[in-house]
Amino acid sequence: MRAMKLAALIFFVVGCSKEGANSSSTASSTASFSSQSVDLTGAGATFPYPIYSKWFSDYAARTGVKINYQSIGSGGGIRQLSEGTVDFGASDSPMSDDELSKAKGGPILHFPTVLGADVITYNLPGVTAALKFTPAAIADIFSGRIKKWNDTRIASLNPGVTLPAQDILVVHRSDGSGTTYIFTDYLSTAVPSWKASVGKGKEVKWPVGLGAKGNEGVSGQVKQTPGAIGYVELAYAKQNNLPIAAIRNKDGQFVAASVDAVTAAGAGVAKALPANTDYRLSIVDAPGATSYPISSFTWILVYQHQTDAVKGKKLVDFLNWALTDGEKEASTLDYAPLPAEMATAVKARLANIDLTGAK
Amino acid sequence: MTTLPVNWLEKDRRKLRVDASAFSDKFYEGLTAACALVIPGLVIAIALAIFVAAWPAFSKLGFSIITTSDWDVAGGHFGAAPALFGTLVSSAVALIIATPLAIGIAIFLSEFSPLWLRQPIGFLVDLLAAIPSVVYGLWGIFVLIPLLRTSVMPFLRDTLHLGSTPFFTGPAYGPSMLAAGIILAIMALPYISSVSREVLMAVPRSQREAALALGATRWEMIRDAVIPYAKSGIIGGIMLGLGRALGETMAVTMVIGNRAEISASLFAPGYTMASLIANEFSEATNDLHLSALMAVGAILFVITLIINAIARWLVWRVSKGQAV
Repeated sequence: MRAMKLAALIFFVVGCSKEGANSSSTASSTASFSSQSVDLTGAGATFPYPIYSKWFSDYAARTGVKINYQSIGSGGGIRQLSEGTVDFGASDSPMSDDELSKAKGGPILHFPTVLGADVITYNLPGVTAALKFTPAAIADIFSGRIKKWNDTRIASLNPGVTLPAQDILVVHRSDGSGTTYIFTDYLSTAVPSWKASVGKGKEVKWPVGLGAKGNEGVSGQVKQTPGAIGYVELAYAKQNNLPIAAIRNKDGQFVAASVDAVTAAGAGVAKALPANTDYRLSIVDAPGATSYPISSFTWILVYQHQTDAVKGKKLVDFLNWALTDGEKEASTLDYAPLPAEMATAVKARLANIDLTGAK
Repeated sequence: MTTLPVNWLEKDRRKLRVDASAFSDKFYEGLTAACALVIPGLVIAIALAIFVAAWPAFSKLGFSIITTSDWDVAGGHFGAAPALFGTLVSSAVALIIATPLAIGIAIFLSEFSPLWLRQPIGFLVDLLAAIPSVVYGLWGIFVLIPLLRTSVMPFLRDTLHLGSTPFFTGPAYGPSMLAAGIILAIMALPYISSVSREVLMAVPRSQREAALALGATRWEMIRDAVIPYAKSGIIGGIMLGLGRALGETMAVTMVIGNRAEISASLFAPGYTMASLIANEFSEATNDLHLSALMAVGAILFVITLIINAIARWLVWRVSKGQAV
């Protein structure tokens, strides 16, 4: 009896300390990070993290200004900025009016930085040509109304491709993510029945399919299962050479995702912008013959009234640099840069940030 | 310059020594008491923090959070019944697989194994507990799931004709309640087998010799003299394994399919409470959504508490019934 208690105790302690060691090691690594002299801190979206971290390191090498960014997710970024624990936030979906009204530091400005896109990837052994889809076909597949690959609603879009009579397995993200937001925002915009039945959000109630965690989870599940279809970020799909479907855009053209096609979608929307826009824009299903329809901005979020004039100045200088020189680096990491005229307009808007330090 | 009388000094020194030992006693008593109180204090503080954060969801949603099965963030519905179901079923599957295996290992190691084999096997089994859960998850995705999809699931469903029962029906995609149960079984196994082995080895020699002297075979000796003696300890080990299975997050999230539906079939994807929290917490900005996730955490906390209480009661009941 005593031996058992002892053994149980030992295992408990071992188990606990193992968990504890994991969390404390991550905690100490972030602590050692922030204990270096850091000028600005930010938190938010994971999607633009690769390009942001390149910007931060290039900018630090050039100016000595160090920026610490925690890619904890858009939701976490919005929460931390609202509480005022970071100098800037980053998000893949614009803040809602409700979220904006809860921010403790006053009005928040949205600055689009780069564009990203979702692509549809699939696993069909024997099919080498890139498949074509209409928004309605995508909605039917992801809501379970199309169950087999050789359904006429897919076959009629892909003449000349022999489609197997295989069951379709839908794979979607299980974790809340901007990727899901963009995808469901697109389907809600382009397909009225989707808006009524599923709607849009960072996580939605999927009518069919399996949930997998992260881009790597979705693509892993798709790669392993013949007949599977899923959506992942463009940058992730490019870097892993996944098969990518072409999608019919608003102008009736089938467009495969590429950095240029995503920038074109941004330009298509930018043309029609009113002068006083707050840039909380959705650019899904954008007009333009070469526009890729499942595209989105990602934003850096900044308080309009900066309480620390020195930090505020550093932040504005960085954003100015990012929107000028940083944009040129974007496509090397498979992010789409802002359309040129839009980058100019967004830079001009930096003047709206109030650096007087008064609340 | 004055010199102190020698005998005074000696007396005083002795007195000082007595004082010092009394002080150190008190000091260590206080120190260990502080250590002992910190942990329960922490548990209470954590429980309070969770319940306070979960309160808005409990007061707004009431029992619907565990009785309804519609989890739709956009629509404002938070019914976590499928996750509750998944947590309990995946852990049950894990125990059904792990318990006989673990006890088998423990009996072999304590009763039959030659000495030179006992150490290495015991060490390797214990090593299972040291593998990070994300590694189990990756192994699940790349090894276990393809194996389940191409071989195990068709075998169970078609070759053994288990497809006629409701538990092994439906398409075999791979990610499923079964996959989660198997991963959890492997993770819980070292806890159960280590505790069981220690307890079996602690059974007094006299107990074994008495059984043998009465003419028992080796198996009868283990069944009638050794296992009953060690029963409470083995149950304790099983409960420890169950605790591991209930709270496991990462590996399960990677293989369970994350679908909030209740299905009798082990081939169907499912969801667990821990996975639900891990998936949605980082992107939850809506207040009710956050609070609902905290409420799910609170319910998981309560379930773990209840299971621990049951384990205590079982161990107490079983050990009361034996003549030690």
